[in-house]
Amino acid sequence: MGMILKAIWSQLVTLYRVLLHTFTPTDTVSYPEEMPYLAPRYRGRIVLTRDPGGEERCVACNLCAVACPVDCIALQKTEDEHGRWYADFFRINFSRCVMCGLCEEACPTYAIQLTPDFEMCEYDRQNMVYEKEHLLISGQGKYPGYSFYHVAGKAIKDKDKGESLNEATPIDVRSLLP
Amino acid sequence: MVELVIYLVIFGTLFGSFAGAALLVWFERRLLGLWQDRLGPNRVGLFGAGLAIADIIKLFAKEDWIPPFADRFVFVFAPTAIVMAMLLGFAVVPFAPDIHVADLNIGLLFFLGMTSLAVYSVLLGGLASNNKYALLGGLRSAAQMVSYEVFMGLSLMGVVMQAGTFSLVDIVLWQADNIWFFIPQFIGFLIFLIAGIAESHRLPFDLPEAEHELVAGFHTEYSGMKFGMFMLGEYLGVILISSMIATIFFGGWLGPDFLPPIFWFFLKSFAFICFFILLRAAIPRPRYDQLMSFGWKYLLPLTLINLLATGAILLWA
Repeated sequence: MGMILKAIWSQLVTLYRVLLHTFTPTDTVSYPEEMPYLAPRYRGRIVLTRDPGGEERCVACNLCAVACPVDCIALQKTEDEHGRWYADFFRINFSRCVMCGLCEEACPTYAIQLTPDFEMCEYDRQNMVYEKEHLLISGQGKYPGYSFYHVAGKAIKDKDKGESLNEATPIDVRSLLP
Repeated sequence: MVELVIYLVIFGTLFGSFAGAALLVWFERRLLGLWQDRLGPNRVGLFGAGLAIADIIKLFAKEDWIPPFADRFVFVFAPTAIVMAMLLGFAVVPFAPDIHVADLNIGLLFFLGMTSLAVYSVLLGGLASNNKYALLGGLRSAAQMVSYEVFMGLSLMGVVMQAGTFSLVDIVLWQADNIWFFIPQFIGFLIFLIAGIAESHRLPFDLPEAEHELVAGFHTEYSGMKFGMFMLGEYLGVILISSMIATIFFGGWLGPDFLPPIFWFFLKSFAFICFFILLRAAIPRPRYDQLMSFGWKYLLPLTLINLLATGAILLWA
């Protein structure tokens, strides 16, 4: 008997709680006219960012392509004359991309980042394939001030080993010999 | 002149109930949206009310396909049966003192009979589809509606005993002289409400169509306007049960004088239609055996106790 009364009471409470939702504001918005708020770390369209010097951050290490569960990233490494690595081509097939953000997590240089933009509809599937020039933006994205080559201890153009802010001067190990 | 009024009432009831059922499709989705913190359909027309018309156009324009393995005649007949039965049920609803299609002296029994006929539609639709999901839906609906019909009828007998009549107009008039029936017959009201939900197979008792288990239940194979007829029948059933609750237990057209009687009737029916939708928004579907045991183990004894108590009190007084 007690169980029955408890069950009936539970149903009545359910009805009352749902009825109270008459007075709560809606969680949704009428989308095309009104944009919903998307958090800065929303996982949308993928971009490639640049470091503070305006150079490409991507060093073509392929970690994003390996991490990608649907294999939608394809890239090829190349080098400039000073030994700086960058991507020869960098291609993301957005018709496959599931916006999981694993590439962003895998990236050691903060180059690949996901943005709060999701409006990427195309009539032609071929247009969903983004090349490097479509992906590269001129800004630094979510991590301003970070430059991989200035903490990595690698010599590039206009900067030798140990010349940067967080780098120590390299030690000539032979000088330590007895 | 008198004939003209009768025709007006008949056609008013017919088209009013059709329009009500069509609008209810839209209104239900709006209310569900409100209670689920969504917006609901708001694009077509004023507040999205044009959705009713858009839905009807869509249903008419769809391919009206009869599966080659189906029993053709029964398959076509089944959807019409539920609409016919529900519309005939509207014949005895007294909207206002003189506005009713027929004041039968067995009005209550006629209403019960018509809602019982509706089960044939669901059952035959499931059977004729020749599809396992449809058959399971049909079986469930047969068992569910036949068992809930028992309490539905018995729960009204207390009202009949007190009012001493089966005529719905006389039942309302008795309530005008005495007291609205939901106070002396509160248990009867609750049981009629629950049985009414089961009878119109609305959520939480929509086991015949239970889309999570049975695809779409008895109307799995139906499309186009034949499916539309099932939907129409279901919404007509909601309106019919709501107006019956308003008539039998809440004094039908009775109410303060500042509004015309028919308005009070529609207001009360509307409140119960909203309650039906609230049930859909709030309460999950029980398991099939829970539904049946709830009916036979709790509702039936409760109804019988209510019936005995009412009879004893009436004999005492």
